[in-house]
Amino acid sequence: MNPRLTLATAGRVLAQIRHDPRTIGLLVLVPSLLLGLMAWIFTDTAVFDVVGPALLALFPFITMFLVTSITMLQERRSGTLERLMALPLGRFDLILGYTLAFGALAVVQALVAVGFAVQVCGLDVAGDPWLLVVVALVDALLGTTLGLMASAFARSEFQVVQFLPALVFPQVLLGGIFVPRDRMPDVLHAISDWLPLSHAIEALQAVSSATDGTGTVVRETVIVAAFAVAFVVLGAVTLRRSTR
Amino acid sequence: MMKYAVEVDGLVVHRGRNDVLRSISTTVPTGAIVGLLGPSGSGKTTLMRALVGAQRITAGTATVLGLPAGHPRLRSRIGYVSQSPSVYDDLTTRQNLAYFGRVVGAPSRDVDRVLDEVDLRPQQHDLVRDLSGGQQNRVSLGAALLGSPELLVLDEPTVGLDPLLRRDLWTLFRSIASQGTTLVVSSHVMDEAQRCDRILLLRDGTLLADVTPAELLERTGTADADDAFLALVGAAA
Ligand SMILES: Nc1ncnc2c1ncn2[C@@H]1O[C@H](COP(=O)(O)OP(=O)(O)OP(=O)(O)O)[C@@H](O)[C@H]1O
Ligand SMILES: [Mg+2]
Repeated sequence: MNPRLTLATAGRVLAQIRHDPRTIGLLVLVPSLLLGLMAWIFTDTAVFDVVGPALLALFPFITMFLVTSITMLQERRSGTLERLMALPLGRFDLILGYTLAFGALAVVQALVAVGFAVQVCGLDVAGDPWLLVVVALVDALLGTTLGLMASAFARSEFQVVQFLPALVFPQVLLGGIFVPRDRMPDVLHAISDWLPLSHAIEALQAVSSATDGTGTVVRETVIVAAFAVAFVVLGAVTLRRSTR
Repeated sequence: MMKYAVEVDGLVVHRGRNDVLRSISTTVPTGAIVGLLGPSGSGKTTLMRALVGAQRITAGTATVLGLPAGHPRLRSRIGYVSQSPSVYDDLTTRQNLAYFGRVVGAPSRDVDRVLDEVDLRPQQHDLVRDLSGGQQNRVSLGAALLGSPELLVLDEPTVGLDPLLRRDLWTLFRSIASQGTTLVVSSHVMDEAQRCDRILLLRDGTLLADVTPAELLERTGTADADDAFLALVGAAA
């Protein structure tokens, strides 16, 4: 691993994204627009204050997952990955470079989404709104690293999209948005304990609600970060320098 | 200096159920330009990928610059251009070269040298996706020239180029070789074979001929390389 090459790769990925305004829009604006829509749908009810924090985990996670998995897949398919693997670039340099670049975008995304949710949609936050930003950022990184790893198992953009119902939707259903996880049947509750998005949602809910202390937030965020680190490692070790 | 930049001995590559290379043995002298010719599907790309370490070897050995092919220390010493342009089409020409230059640790002035060598200075700020196919190929070639590697493995670098550009590139290849760099170049264009020091003719994963251009004509009793190709490949069929 070489920090100079990791940074060079992150800079290159950001330069690529700069030439693609739509992707920037999807990452920075779409989560806020969706949050605004939800707030509007549930005007005059208390629902938004309940689901709002969960959505703050969900939309960044899904948009980051989509964009990173497809960007990484293009790298594999365009032959640039094969070229890079023949050059003195470490596998972790590549994966961490991607993580850094999308992490930088995730900072902007989290600031915009949390700012919009709190200032415009009037989301009630009992805890520190900056903590909300940090947790939303970690959740976006979770989507990024899962996307980087998932692209190893896809051969086309079409297959990446197939991961949404296979990998992402179950996490959404079991994440405690619709029914709090402790009221689910025991088996489902046990499964949901092992899904990273459950912890991401729980962390955001803990920041927003008055009852839970910072202890829960820190614990759940650390769990999410651990998943992200594991995905980075898996993403890097699944890169192959040579094919059979 | 090593006598041979590449030594291949009994090289066998299986891909899936295909025997793509069946026991290839040859050597490439340091500083030479070696042309890799053969019909489509004969295994040219596979052989080149084996040399740069992108293709797993089933049996036999491939020694590159004194090390087994795929050795980590070779990564900064080999330049490889794959058959389809492998550059980022959402970056400009210059951004592509700057990134690959940083990866191989080339000095930043190398980007300007290479821009001139592949004749893309006017297009340096254009996105690669807005370039013509031949220009995209040259960006890909330029990326391999950064850092002045000791061995260049070029898979059909002149495809889609007009005769004038092709001639200029072969002049460039010759001047690179005269500085001691070894080039392995695959091609479908037979008149390019005449410009090589040696020719490797592949067919169906076997080496049909390992000769100089003059020997090729002599051996087949033909006047030009096209006829020689047809005579050799046809005779073996
Ligand atoms: N992924 C693969 N799996 C199985 N067989 C493969 C694979 N890729 C290539 N082959 C086989 O290997 C053989 C040689 O392919 P290769 O790409 O080396 O040919 P080539 O000489 O470069 O052809 P061309 O001039 O068309 O580029 C072909 O017959 C092809 O069917
Ligand atoms: Mg080929």
